[in-house]
Amino acid sequence: MPFKIPFMPEQASSMAGEVDALTLYLVAMASFFTVLVAAMVIYFAIRYRRRSPDEVGGSFDNSALLEITWTVIPVLIVLFTFVWGARVAFRLYRPPADAVQYYVTGKQWMWKTQHPTGQREINELHVPLGQPVKLLMTSEDVIHSFFVPAFRVKADVLPGRYTSLWFTPTKTGRFHLFCAEYCGAEHSRMIGWVTVMEPEEYQAWLASVPTQGSPTAAGERLFAQLACHTCHQDAAGAKGPALGGLYGRPVALADGRTVLADESYLRESILNPAAKVVAGYEAVMPSFQGQVSEEGILELINYVKSLPAGGSASVAAASEGAL
Amino acid sequence: MSRTGTAETNYLNAQHGLKSWLLTLDHKRIGLLYLMGVSFFFLLGGIFALLIRLELLTPQGDLVQPDTYNRLFSMHGIMMVFFFLIPAIPGVLGNFLIPIMIGTRDVAFPRLNLASWYIFMAGGSITLLGVLAGGVDTGWTFYPPYSSLYSATNVLTVGIGVFVNGFSSILTGLNFMVTIHRMRAPGMTWFRLPLFVWGHYATSFINVLGTPVIAITLLLLVLERAFHLGIFDATKGGDPVLFQHLFWFYSHPAVYIMILPSMAVISELIAAFTRKRVFGYHFVAFSSIGIAVLGFLVWGHHMFVSGQSVYAGTAFSLLTMLVAIPSAIKVFNWSFTLYQGSVSFDTPMLYALGFIGLFMIGGLTGVFLGTLGFDIHVHDTYFVVAHFHYVMVGGTIMGYLGGLHYWWPKITGRTYPEFWGRMSAMLVFVGFNLTFFPQFLLGYMGMPRRYHAYPEEWQVLNVLSTAGASVLGLGFLLPLGYLLWSLKYGKLAGKNPWGAKGLEWTTDSPPPTENFRDAPVVSEEAYDYAGAGHGDGGAPAPARAH
Repeated sequence: MPFKIPFMPEQASSMAGEVDALTLYLVAMASFFTVLVAAMVIYFAIRYRRRSPDEVGGSFDNSALLEITWTVIPVLIVLFTFVWGARVAFRLYRPPADAVQYYVTGKQWMWKTQHPTGQREINELHVPLGQPVKLLMTSEDVIHSFFVPAFRVKADVLPGRYTSLWFTPTKTGRFHLFCAEYCGAEHSRMIGWVTVMEPEEYQAWLASVPTQGSPTAAGERLFAQLACHTCHQDAAGAKGPALGGLYGRPVALADGRTVLADESYLRESILNPAAKVVAGYEAVMPSFQGQVSEEGILELINYVKSLPAGGSASVAAASEGAL
Repeated sequence: MSRTGTAETNYLNAQHGLKSWLLTLDHKRIGLLYLMGVSFFFLLGGIFALLIRLELLTPQGDLVQPDTYNRLFSMHGIMMVFFFLIPAIPGVLGNFLIPIMIGTRDVAFPRLNLASWYIFMAGGSITLLGVLAGGVDTGWTFYPPYSSLYSATNVLTVGIGVFVNGFSSILTGLNFMVTIHRMRAPGMTWFRLPLFVWGHYATSFINVLGTPVIAITLLLLVLERAFHLGIFDATKGGDPVLFQHLFWFYSHPAVYIMILPSMAVISELIAAFTRKRVFGYHFVAFSSIGIAVLGFLVWGHHMFVSGQSVYAGTAFSLLTMLVAIPSAIKVFNWSFTLYQGSVSFDTPMLYALGFIGLFMIGGLTGVFLGTLGFDIHVHDTYFVVAHFHYVMVGGTIMGYLGGLHYWWPKITGRTYPEFWGRMSAMLVFVGFNLTFFPQFLLGYMGMPRRYHAYPEEWQVLNVLSTAGASVLGLGFLLPLGYLLWSLKYGKLAGKNPWGAKGLEWTTDSPPPTENFRDAPVVSEEAYDYAGAGHGDGGAPAPARAH
């Protein structure tokens, strides 16, 4: 927008303008009705003010035409409003295909973020200008909510589940990050900054931050450390299904259901393996609840996602059999 | 208060002594018992609000500790929602007026009615015990896993207090429903009922059907916290969002439990101070039922950003839009009632006109929030805080105070000083807007709710809001002063000081214990000022000078 509208936060994402346009429409619609009713009430109140103590009102007290008018017009307006709002929301919910995934873990009372290249930050997130960013988020304790007003995005961050949001930054600078879901004593200090940088600057910044390698590499180390490979191997008679190419595919379960192997499924299978047992396997896997941190689980998932499809015959066969 | 100027006995002087009040079965006396109860909790909730606004005067969070602040806004919400807004109008005005308005002696179950008050006071006392023991810091919404696993405050005590209080709502709702169905005077047909009664009838349905759900939900929370059942605990396979579904399945309709009785009052005030039948009587009556039904289908709009699927969000957005329609119908009908009316500007009418203004803004911003793409940005910000205060305070308290002023001469037999009444109505209206309008702007700029400290760029709007709250507080204290004063010094009101229609204005002020000296028989429509019989476009106004 060419001029700054008062009381609107900065527009720093590709969606901010769309949300603000919706807002301006809503304000215009509400102002119209408020002025209409206020004008009607004030005019009638003065025009028909009581002029003698025992005066009574007239008998014109119903009109089907008026009732239909002030029912049908609002119905049309709210339906129009609904459609506009839903269209904006669907775009806010669905990340573009080229979005790069970052990771966010909320805990009382800080935001822990991780870049796809492994760099970690606390209460800060640096992102390059113009790059669609998808955040995969979870909480270590209570419910939090990731909110960047300048991007017009918000999503609750839940324990035991992944939620996500996305944005494409369109302006460099530092923007407020808030926790929007009440989370305890220091809720109002669970705040931070999202810094948007020119892509070259961002690369330089990345290089300046020490990292222990990508989440995938960290996941591989953890995978070995927890001895996951003793069961999850690509060999006949293995106790657990092979994991290569698993991510994003349908999996047939022992109880006949088929589920999509997304992040939430992988997470649940690590923490509560008995909940969804793959067809053809026994429920022998122990839970890793309490043994791996939320970041560790994300790293393991990253590693599993990176495994190539080659030689994952058992999983593929099981899923195709079910389809 | 015992001498009312008439030689006749009335419900106030028929019996004397504390015991005659504490064991009374008279719906009018029970209404006054509620008046004392809800006034106490309102004052308490108001003090918490004052401290919240004082803290937010500066960005740093320097008046109280964060822990204290969190308890303040939690207790403010719990006191105001469960112990003032929900019981105030049905408990005080509903109890006092419904039997009189339908021309009967009392409610269907007078003992149950008294029990409702005792349950309300018991729930309030248990909650108060929790407050005195250090309060609770979960917010009035009690979301787990914070409330079940992390909060170190009195969640159990307060949860049980609110749980107990719910039974009071259920029993009052049941009592009103049976009373309205079974006890109407001869000739008082359904469509001759004052709209006050229609509004309370709709509210009673929500109370009876919705309140058990919050009772179960709080019970589950108490069990979860005490015995770690795992229902809402993700590490045990439970789901914290399930609590939100259950909580809002009641707590969204609860907004209509607060606003429908207020709308019911507004219909009476508009009719009385235009001396005209409410425009579109049937539409206003059925819009109450419409709101009650649709109100049960919109709870999911509280979870647009809670990880609920976008398809569920879309469905709830559409349903939320529809609930705006019956509200719009009411506003247009009230406004049009003024047309060809005989409009006077007494205190209750000023409150009613103020209600229309505030409810317009509250209702329309509700449409904003029901709009999915808009809600995501302002969810859990001060925009939401401003919106629900416009509906719940701007709506419910304007109706409650307007109604209290309108029926005060009937309840006490005395009138209050009109000048001060008008002053209070204007202070409340101005103070309210100054308090809450800046919060819409703060919310859009991104200020999250329940923040003890905030970035400095938002101080100016917060100072305005606190200034408004001081004016609002004064507007609330004024009636406390002059209404108490009027008990002793107010002029005698007579049967019908407003020249209003309705059975309550045909009996003495204050009414006798049995309400009417002679059992009434109804032979005309409600609000039949024009003498047109049924008001269906009949004869032109005989007295309205054009």
